[in-house]
Amino acid sequence: MAKLKLALYWAASCGGCDIATLAIGEKILKLAEAADIVFWPVAMDFKYSDVEKIPDKSIDACLFNGAIQNSEGEHIAQLLRAKSKILIAYGSCSYEGCIPGLANFFNRQMIFDRVYIETQSTDNPEKVYPQSKVLVPEGELEIPDFYDTVKTLAQTVDVDYFVPGCPPEEKTTWLALETLIEGKLPPKGAVISHSVKAVCDECPRIKKEKKVKKFYRPYEIIPDPEICLLEQGLLCYGPATRGGCGAPCPQANMPCTGCYGPVEGVVDQGAHFLTALASVIDSDDPTEIQRIINDIVDPAGTFYRYSLPDSLLRRARIK
Amino acid sequence: MEPKIGVYVCHCGSNIAGTVDVEQVAEYARSLPAVEIARDYKFMCSDPGQDLIKNDIREFGINRVVVASCSPQMHEPTFRHVLQESGLNPYFFEMANIREHCSWVTEDREKATEKAKALVSAAVRRVYYHQALEANEVPINPNTLIVGGGIAGIQAALEIADSEHKVYLVERDPSIGGHMIQLDKTFPTLDCSACILTPKMSLVGAHPYIELMTYSEVEEVSGFIGNFKVKIRKKARYVDEDKCNGCGVCQEKCPWTADSEFDVGLAKRKAIYTPFAQAVPNIPVIDKEHCAYFLKGKCRACEKFCERDAINFEQVDQFVEIEVGNIILTTGYKLFDPTPLTQYGYGRLDNVLTSLEFERLVNAVGPTNGKISLKDGTEPKSVAIIHCVGSRDANYHEYCSRVCCMYSMKFAHLVSEHIPEATVYEFYIDIRSAGKGFEEFYNRVLKEGTTFFRGRPGEVTNVAETPEEKGKLVVQFEDTLVGRQRRIPVDMVILSCGLEPQQDAEEVARLFSVSRSADGFFLEKHPKLDPVATMTDGVFVAGCCQSPKDIPDTVAQASAAAARVLALISKGKVEIEAATAVIDEEKCSGCRICNLLCPYSAISFVEDKKVSRVNEALCKGCGTCVAACPSSAITQKHFTAEQIMAELEGILV
Ligand SMILES: Cc1cc2nc3c(=O)[nH]c(=O)nc-3n(C[C@H](O)[C@H](O)[C@H](O)COP(=O)(O)OP(=O)(O)OC[C@H]3O[C@@H](n4cnc5c(N)ncnc54)[C@H](O)[C@@H]3O)c2cc1C
Ligand code: SF4
Ligand code: SF4
Repeated sequence: MAKLKLALYWAASCGGCDIATLAIGEKILKLAEAADIVFWPVAMDFKYSDVEKIPDKSIDACLFNGAIQNSEGEHIAQLLRAKSKILIAYGSCSYEGCIPGLANFFNRQMIFDRVYIETQSTDNPEKVYPQSKVLVPEGELEIPDFYDTVKTLAQTVDVDYFVPGCPPEEKTTWLALETLIEGKLPPKGAVISHSVKAVCDECPRIKKEKKVKKFYRPYEIIPDPEICLLEQGLLCYGPATRGGCGAPCPQANMPCTGCYGPVEGVVDQGAHFLTALASVIDSDDPTEIQRIINDIVDPAGTFYRYSLPDSLLRRARIK
Repeated sequence: MEPKIGVYVCHCGSNIAGTVDVEQVAEYARSLPAVEIARDYKFMCSDPGQDLIKNDIREFGINRVVVASCSPQMHEPTFRHVLQESGLNPYFFEMANIREHCSWVTEDREKATEKAKALVSAAVRRVYYHQALEANEVPINPNTLIVGGGIAGIQAALEIADSEHKVYLVERDPSIGGHMIQLDKTFPTLDCSACILTPKMSLVGAHPYIELMTYSEVEEVSGFIGNFKVKIRKKARYVDEDKCNGCGVCQEKCPWTADSEFDVGLAKRKAIYTPFAQAVPNIPVIDKEHCAYFLKGKCRACEKFCERDAINFEQVDQFVEIEVGNIILTTGYKLFDPTPLTQYGYGRLDNVLTSLEFERLVNAVGPTNGKISLKDGTEPKSVAIIHCVGSRDANYHEYCSRVCCMYSMKFAHLVSEHIPEATVYEFYIDIRSAGKGFEEFYNRVLKEGTTFFRGRPGEVTNVAETPEEKGKLVVQFEDTLVGRQRRIPVDMVILSCGLEPQQDAEEVARLFSVSRSADGFFLEKHPKLDPVATMTDGVFVAGCCQSPKDIPDTVAQASAAAARVLALISKGKVEIEAATAVIDEEKCSGCRICNLLCPYSAISFVEDKKVSRVNEALCKGCGTCVAACPSSAITQKHFTAEQIMAELEGILV
């Protein structure tokens, strides 16, 4: 059997996904047996022109991590879409927008103001902002255009599969690679993970009927190791998050933060967690309810930490 | 089956067509995906309108229907029935409300038409995803709960019990009777109120099919039509109901007194008391707040004299749980308290009375044995009756209390009857005497010499400006018929106070899941066509808890509510919501977030499978759990995510 031709790329991401690919450990040898890596800028040197030269559809599969936040990301996404038979949004950034996607609470100007003017460590009295084109004695320099809105990969180009996680767990990565190697492809659009149920299904903690009188941040309490974290007032995102990860966080006494994205069939993960949480607040008194929800610091960033660009609203409206 | 949608845009006479370009909406509908046919028609709910749909189903194989007309509240059942008659599942129907949501609230024709198009587009996209559903049936428990033992509750209880179906009648006072038992004569026929009511009260007390629980209140209600579970608190009477024979010796011997509620404070009663002589049941209660033993630890006179050993100071509140199929609320009204209208001097000036106080005063068995007397014991020579106190007044109640004009004229008649030489003045805004025999009664009172002044008095004062006013109450008002200020000196002033919702109407409404209208009275399902039902199936309302009304109207409503209940009992079963929630066990993670949320306790947790499950017979399709499930493991039939999303997208295009 001919070896698979594999490409990996990163757009707006932290680099963790590239490291996660390596986390498959000695299975990398199996991968090397089955596949040739034709493009992986984080590990090997490539030029854009190298990709442009590859004939269309000659890459068997591309694992694309990172969200689309500038013209470079958009361009290469289109390029790799054209060159690849299978395009996989790998990791939460390209699947749902993830942390870079929180930029959608602001716009380009607000972000530039913050980064290039306002931060304490910045000294920029002339208020110089990045320009996409600039003339220097050596000629015209060009950097990518920064967008107002972060998009997911699927909002940019046609995507075949999604691999969840920030970053994906080793077993999830291997499931995706195995699927490719063995050619047992799921229906288009599938999210590749070991579970279609929520994290709670894999979480061994004892779950009871839920009534919460106070929410805590993880540093404020030492939770009981046996009982559901949400019942103890920690904002555990488990009920609203796809499983398949094996619930490592709740097993380490840390609440799930939702990185595996929505459970199969859920439209808008943040909204679902929000309504679920609202439902377990144990009070009918409006002032008490207000007090309880005031415990939730940074609600927007909590509920939409991983999924703002992929949510129904996609971004904040800036007046 | 590939969806073939038929869209029918209703003109509703000019209700819709006057503002919305219905032809254009139909034209637009034709351009929507899967729409086979779109028509507009004068009245879709009429027989020819319904036939249009039937024909299209037959001839063009239409298998999904959208009617763009009025609120589904009224006609969704009509059109679902049309589908059913044509052999289609009734749930392949969707209604776009382009009347209440559009033509009635939009002035601009162009905007209204655009809005109507958006609503039609939403309905079309939604109906595309509709699925066939089968309605479920549940049996009706033939027992009925009636809450409130005024004339409304008494009437309804007797009608249901006479057909040999069990009634639990819960009354919070020690006796049934309500306000009617406090009245003297009743307009317009002047029947003696107690004479016509007490026979009915005795019937209730002795009826084999009525379980009367007085001095009791409903604490908890759960379940749904046909299958309610109700918890009732029977307050401790400190008198054993089985032993007491109502001899009354305890009341004679009791040395402690308090103001009589029944005589609205005009007389005293004992600490152990029945509110009035013909009380049903004729079993006293001890009022802990005024009992020497409870206050001081000594006395127990009643116990000593009771030959039946019926007094029991150790009694505690008891809780009774009952199961009923239907509930009728007949909790009545509260009289408006005129104290805040300080200009009328109630509570400050002697001989200013409320209407209910006057009813007791004029009553032959009342505190004065029927003598209309002033504070000093003499008879008044002149009486002023002020209408609309607390009613038709922007500061208190905007509504008209409906009975005050009539009872005020009744009072005029009673004064003339008791004290023929007395002068009676009525101060009215408008005379409202719409009712059988009412206008005739008005004429009769006019002939009897009562003077009617049109104008709402500004003040009642005891500050005299002329010698004739000395020692009198002076009513100052603008006579709007002659357009000038006048002062009328009188001996007695009666304030015709309005009727308002019971103090605890809000809690009672919450307890029984009924709504209230802006005036605070319980809200009926439809003001014209369904005046005794409520939005909660199986819960009915009758009498003054629904709105102020007189006794004939109260009785008519009570009979109507009884008939509705009897119809359900005789059918024996009821179709319940097909749009229930179901949990997909393949998706449920067992997080248990939904478990406590269901207001009908329909959700349970299956321990061995670690998933939650909905009991569809209990589920009312409220959707609470559906919204809460973070896994979208719960789907509400007829409100699936797909259907709702399609509807949203439809409205946004
Ligand atoms: C001064 C005056 C004169 C009137 N004269 C006439 C007249 O001449 N002719 C005429 O037709 N109408 C007259 N009316 C109107 C008449 O009083 C009412 O139409 C009638 O009493 C309404 O009966 P009801 O059963 O709806 O309410 P109510 O008589 O108020 O009875 C309600 C009953 O429910 C009980 N209750 C309330 N809440 C609860 C609860 N939560 N749990 C258990 N029990 C509860 C109450 O204790 C009461 O017994 C007059 C009204 C007034 C104020
Ligand atoms: S909320 Fe959803 S996932 Fe959680 S137990 Fe209920 S049905 Fe299951
Ligand atoms: S929809 Fe859910 S919460 Fe509502 S009645 Fe049904 S099971 Fe209960």
